[in-house]
Amino acid sequence: MSEQEPSAGGYSAAAEVAFKRTRRSRFERLRIELGKASFSAWFGMLVVFCYMVVALLAPFLAPYGEAEIFPTPFAPWGDEHRFGTDQIGRDILSRLIYGARNTMGIALVTTLLSFLIGGTLGLIAAINRGWIDQIFSRFVDVLMAIPSLIFALMLLSIFGSTIASLIIIIAILDSTRVFRLTRSVAINVVVMDYVEAARLRGEKIGWVMRREILPNIMPPMIAEFGLRFSFVFLTIAALSFLGVGIQPPTADWGSMVRENASLIQFAKYDFKSALTPLLPAAAIALLTVAVNFIVDWFLHRSSGLHDE
Amino acid sequence: MHPVLTTVLKRVGLGVVTLIMVSAIIFSSVSLLPGDFGESVLGQAATEETVAAFRRELGLDEPAIKRYFNWLGAAVKGDFGTSFSGRSASGVDRSRSVASLVGPRLYNTLFLAGITALVAVPLALILGLTAALYRNSFYDRSVNAVTLTTIATPEFFVAYILILLLSSLWPIFPSLANIDASTPLGERLYRITLPALTLTLVIVAHMMRMTRAAIINLLASPYIEMARLKGASRSEIILKHALPNAWAPIATVIAFNLAFLVVGVVVVEVVFVYPGIGQLMVDAVTTRDIPVVQACALIFAATYIILNLIADIIGIVSNPRLLHPR
Repeated sequence: MSEQEPSAGGYSAAAEVAFKRTRRSRFERLRIELGKASFSAWFGMLVVFCYMVVALLAPFLAPYGEAEIFPTPFAPWGDEHRFGTDQIGRDILSRLIYGARNTMGIALVTTLLSFLIGGTLGLIAAINRGWIDQIFSRFVDVLMAIPSLIFALMLLSIFGSTIASLIIIIAILDSTRVFRLTRSVAINVVVMDYVEAARLRGEKIGWVMRREILPNIMPPMIAEFGLRFSFVFLTIAALSFLGVGIQPPTADWGSMVRENASLIQFAKYDFKSALTPLLPAAAIALLTVAVNFIVDWFLHRSSGLHDE
Repeated sequence: MHPVLTTVLKRVGLGVVTLIMVSAIIFSSVSLLPGDFGESVLGQAATEETVAAFRRELGLDEPAIKRYFNWLGAAVKGDFGTSFSGRSASGVDRSRSVASLVGPRLYNTLFLAGITALVAVPLALILGLTAALYRNSFYDRSVNAVTLTTIATPEFFVAYILILLLSSLWPIFPSLANIDASTPLGERLYRITLPALTLTLVIVAHMMRMTRAAIINLLASPYIEMARLKGASRSEIILKHALPNAWAPIATVIAFNLAFLVVGVVVVEVVFVYPGIGQLMVDAVTTRDIPVVQACALIFAATYIILNLIADIIGIVSNPRLLHPR
């Protein structure tokens, strides 16, 4: 709500009654909020924005094709190939650009899927406390007792490393964390009077979940989405780096690090080429740091908590 | 019975149940394997008899429940069956037992993780304490910024930067940590410097931040204010009054990070080609050597569960409300 000083020259009841209160538009509120954002939050948003532009416009930005092979493998940095070529002669810059699209796209789909599974089950468990809640919670406890990278490795060895199985396995493993958070946040909302009122007037459970509970647990869920995205992103990068994630010829940052890792050994002779494997690794690190900055700012803002 | 003892026993019981459930999941996930085991391992050229013999050896002709208990019973004794690799269509069996593959590598991994923990835990405590002591100073801020960056960075990025700086540009340490049973201790320590350093950087960050947060959290308590009013110095307040009460959260974080160390070791071992159990598991996953994968997964999961269990027990035992019941 906007608050205006009553007209100068003392208090006037008529003026106060006549004063029209206007609600700020969503855009205005957003602008004010962004104006108060810290430098690190701005930095994070800028980085994420750039990454999204690169991912969306990949075919227009990349100088060559994703899997286009050139005659010289391990070409040095130069005019023709900005960051050189990889072990079978593919342009590194183009693969970095396409990698943004593949790695981020897969991580985003995985995170969305895990929120769909974990969020729905978490809400159901929060509404129907009782045996459904017990079964889900105990099952999640057991799944969370296995380190997720190890579990993912084991499942990938069974189902094979296709993109579909990668997405489903990581989404399911990650949905356990989403389930826990959704359940614990939603339990406090489910007991509210307005939820009971909605149920008493005969709304279906899906409606109550979507229209009454979900809007009220949004802030922690959005922050969690950012954190889970960066976690999923790192897991996929680690799996691809280990050679069991996204498979070639699909360009992906994790596997690019591994493919070009041997170049580091020649740093004394050609320093620029030695940096090649660090480029995709830096791209991964930068995105994770940026997302963490945004989440920090968001949590700080929505919780009203301050350090000390 | 003393309430602490009952709580601890309950927690241990829960841990055992979890461990059994996890082993059941690890075991049953293999039966999800699409297609026939025998043919996929031995190849298309395998004769009927070889496949049948292989299936019998794995016990695939028995009911799943019985197989599970056989597997679990043998696993407890350290027998995880035989590896799939080394089998061929002709029925010649050159495979090795999983235990002989895992054993020496498990020792190597524990060695690496142990050395890392030995360096990382005191370092994290010192950094966290000093950061809390000189909070909001330049020192505190810079330590915070550095740790925030290392938390968000993948292990292999840290590893390759270290290789670039300390092994390639200035060749101080070797970038390949290849050791075997005959390597003397000094040489061993020298060779695992870079992997241990990588792991240290990754886990110190979290432990240090939690130590700092746990202590700062306590500084608002009335007894700290009392100490301050008595005229106790800053370091006295932190070391004598805050630290004893912060042990529980700190111990939990340490155990949790050691559990994380067990997982982080996988990527680091692959980067430095260290002959540990993590690399064995990744290799087994690529060749789909299921018995080895199962054994590694079980070992990792068990370590993880046990470390978390220890963290919980420390939390229970150091809780004064439970120690002195009314």
